[in-house]
Amino acid sequence: MSTLEDEVTLLRRIPLFSAIDPGKLKLLAFASDRQVFHDGQTVFKQGDVGDAAYVVVSGIADVIVSIGGNDVSVAKLSENDFIGEIAILCDMPRTATIKAEGELDTLKIKKEHFLGLIEDAPQLGIEVMRELALRLSKTTAELSEARQQLKSQSS
Amino acid sequence: MEPNLLKYVWRHSRKEQIWMLIIILLSMPTYFLSLELPKRIVNGPIQGLGFESPDDVGHFLQTYLPVPDWILGEPILLFSGFELERIPFLLALSLTFLGLVAANGLFKLYINTFKGRMGERILRRLRFQLFDRVLRYPLPRFRRTKSSEVATMIKDEVEPMGEFIGDAYTLPLFLGGQALTGLTFIFLQNTMLGFATLVIVVIQAWLVPRLRRRLIQLGKQRQIASRELAGRLGEIVDGIQDAHTNDTTNYERANISDILGRLYFIRFELFQRKFGVKFINNLLIQFLAFLFYAVGGYLAITGTMDIGQLVAVIAAYKDLPDPIRGLIDYDQRRLTVEVRYEQILEQFAADDLQDPETQITATGPVPQLSKGFDISNLAVTDETGTKLIEKASVTINIGEQLAIVGAVNSGSHHMAEVLARVLKPTSGRVYVNGTPIDDLPEYVTGRRISYVDGGTFFPQTSILNALTYVLKNQPIVDRDLTGAEEALYMNQLAETRRAANIELDFNANWVDYDRAGVKGPSELIEEIRSILVDVQLEEDIRGFGLRGTLDPAEYGDLCDQLIIARKRFKARLSELGFEDFVEPFEPNSYNIQASVAENLLFGTALDSAYKPENLASNPIVQSILVENDLEDALFEMGKEVAATTVDLFGDLAPDNPFFDQLNYMDAEDLPEYKAALTRIGNLSISKIDKEDRLLIMKLPFSYTENKNRLGLLTDDLRARILEARKSIRLILSKLKVPPVAFFETESYNPAASVLDNVLLGRVATNVAEGSGRVDEAIKALLDEMGLTDDIFHIGLDFNIGTGGKRLSEIQRQKLHLARALLKKPDFLIVNRALNSLDSRSQRNIIENVLKRARNTDGHPCGVIWVPINPKISLLFDRVLLFSDGELIADGNPDDMNKSQPQFQELLNV
Repeated sequence: MSTLEDEVTLLRRIPLFSAIDPGKLKLLAFASDRQVFHDGQTVFKQGDVGDAAYVVVSGIADVIVSIGGNDVSVAKLSENDFIGEIAILCDMPRTATIKAEGELDTLKIKKEHFLGLIEDAPQLGIEVMRELALRLSKTTAELSEARQQLKSQSS
Repeated sequence: MEPNLLKYVWRHSRKEQIWMLIIILLSMPTYFLSLELPKRIVNGPIQGLGFESPDDVGHFLQTYLPVPDWILGEPILLFSGFELERIPFLLALSLTFLGLVAANGLFKLYINTFKGRMGERILRRLRFQLFDRVLRYPLPRFRRTKSSEVATMIKDEVEPMGEFIGDAYTLPLFLGGQALTGLTFIFLQNTMLGFATLVIVVIQAWLVPRLRRRLIQLGKQRQIASRELAGRLGEIVDGIQDAHTNDTTNYERANISDILGRLYFIRFELFQRKFGVKFINNLLIQFLAFLFYAVGGYLAITGTMDIGQLVAVIAAYKDLPDPIRGLIDYDQRRLTVEVRYEQILEQFAADDLQDPETQITATGPVPQLSKGFDISNLAVTDETGTKLIEKASVTINIGEQLAIVGAVNSGSHHMAEVLARVLKPTSGRVYVNGTPIDDLPEYVTGRRISYVDGGTFFPQTSILNALTYVLKNQPIVDRDLTGAEEALYMNQLAETRRAANIELDFNANWVDYDRAGVKGPSELIEEIRSILVDVQLEEDIRGFGLRGTLDPAEYGDLCDQLIIARKRFKARLSELGFEDFVEPFEPNSYNIQASVAENLLFGTALDSAYKPENLASNPIVQSILVENDLEDALFEMGKEVAATTVDLFGDLAPDNPFFDQLNYMDAEDLPEYKAALTRIGNLSISKIDKEDRLLIMKLPFSYTENKNRLGLLTDDLRARILEARKSIRLILSKLKVPPVAFFETESYNPAASVLDNVLLGRVATNVAEGSGRVDEAIKALLDEMGLTDDIFHIGLDFNIGTGGKRLSEIQRQKLHLARALLKKPDFLIVNRALNSLDSRSQRNIIENVLKRARNTDGHPCGVIWVPINPKISLLFDRVLLFSDGELIADGNPDDMNKSQPQFQELLNV
């Protein structure tokens, strides 16, 4: 059985939370639910309303996007990765389905707790921005690469 | 009904009234003798009148003809009596007195009982008649009738009539007789004084009714205002949610205060006037006394009248005011109740009451309809003159599956109401089974046609009773009564007849299994189950069963089975992959998913003194903690919890969302804990305030290791808690009423739900959907053990609450539809019901119902559905399309979808 202290250590390992005051991190750990998913269990579905984000403690989460009725696995997330933060940041439906691959241990952070924490610790807000900006640049790079490929194929 | 209360009473109690009059007359002689005798006892044997010499004797039972002397000149002796000496004469007279008093009392007892019984019978008859009228009101009238007003009229307003009925005829005759005797006597003594008295009485008789006119008016106003009060109170309670959600509670307060104020002024004026009238009455009567003293005295002094006559007149006058006052009081009561009666009658009057013949019970099974609806030139206009339906002609055959569609207010909705006999046609003809629908008794339409709309009112009862309500048209099987019960029932029945109430036995078995097409209770449950599956309610009912509690005394076998299920479930935990997150309660191990309190008591508290928040102040628990050397440890634990909590939450604003995770402390209590911790410091428990100790000791009991995750429960502490568990068990099980239901593998816990009984453990909160999976597994196990039927049965006993409010709106709508199917109708009419359901569920249920209607072997059931979504009509064989009250198309929906532009438009909205 893990204690609060273990969870604080765990949270601190996550880059997003590394700059946060330990007291606040403990509060976040206290307020979050540890959730274990068994193999194949759905964490959340694409299109659902999001009310929480998850931090992967151990195991692998499969990110599945439904394209034209077909489910396509687009990424795998593992330890210390943050899942589902977009839905709680901008009040939009989940953009992908997440399924556990093998046993998946997570820390569930409710939307209001996460937002409350950003208000209290602006540093976290900046971290979130940085993380999102990194992803955006990565996505942009991928997109232009894909366009390039498409162009070379059609010509 | 009789327009006048006295006439009504006379009509229904003539014989009794006359009989009572006879008894009252018979009681008179004993009454007067019992008044007369004491005087003779005192004057005769006691004071010695007639016993002047020792040889004198008294004549016991000497009787004269009871005729006044002035008629025959001298008294006529009938019986000279027994001669008795003074002492025996005294004893004889005293014993006679005793006998007379007893006889008198018995007469009184008999008369009062008789009067009371007569009054109650007529009251029962009156109430029943009024209620009968309510059942025969035309339905539209209920749009203007407040239910609580009807209740108060039948219950409260007629109540005083019961008391009056017994006196209605006898009292005025009796008092009138007395007054007349007195008056005659005065006349005989002195004609002039007699006339004077008569004049006064006539003035009273003329004046008092005039003074009372206003009283009658006020009485009427009071009745109306009281009824309005009852009506408004009922309305406010029914709509209580709106008062809260709109902040209109003060508006309602003002409304009730206003009515109460009006009532106050009416009542105040009423009793002011009442006492005023009383005052004038008394004054007039006492004016007579003045006349007797002044005029009579003058006449006596001047010698026109002798003193003896005057004394006799004054004596006779003494008896006059009481009967006159009594008569006046009687008249007052009569007026009050007559006004009430007329008022109530006015309220219950309706010239379009349904003919009682339409509501009689059927004499045998009601045959199926052989022909469907035949409607021609139907037009319906509402009370404001708006045309709802115009010139509709249509034939609907047995077994047809038909949808009536149209925009809202197109007439489709009203068409269904006409077919269900809920709305009366203004013109045109509606035939069912070849007969005009209004000529059919309700037992034909009510049993052969089902009607469901969006309304979802249910009286408070069990789900099973709510369902079988539709099968209860008349008693089917009489009760099995033993000799004594039979006698009691016959007595009740005789009384029912005397009050002309309905003679059907409410306590007989009314459920008509034949109509549901089943042979008995167990088949009925099966039928209900298959219907509930079709309307998608079966799972909910099983859920009620699983979450409900069971009384082992009633369901012994089932409880035994559930204990077996409990053992099997436990054995299966690892097979199911649950062993990591389901922790059964074991007597010898600490359950980390459960709180310290649960681990300590090892059971659920039945007595509030054993609830976690009260354990710290519970003396028995306290002493056990000390005994097991646990107090200090728990106190340290409490301090640690408090310190951590203060540390974590101390500087957060009280509205911070993080506080909702704090389950063992309120945000407002934090500063208190902070201060207490500073006070306590490193002091041991024996050295601190009692209040601080209680504050801290509240915390450890609700601490759950796996939830709060502070790592405070060392192995040693757990072991000591287990020791304390044993001592507590030992002490508490010796108490007469055990305050705790213990977790025991071998016995069923009546305080816990069926699910919790099978589980007998706790599910970890940190496994996603853990408890949902456990519930599913338990359901599967119970299913496998063949217990689902029992669980379903328990679910059917679920109490749905007042108005069915313990069910959701969706469940109520499904329940309504289910019972419409249960009565196996020839036509099922569904009018915009199921409007709370999402469209997918609606569609599924409609498909199920249509399939069920088709598969009734040899018993075709027609379905007439007014769907909320017009697209649903594509599932039906035929569609009637309404627009602006007119039936504009009638045909196959697929054809219409190709060629009928308005139908196409409707589907594409």
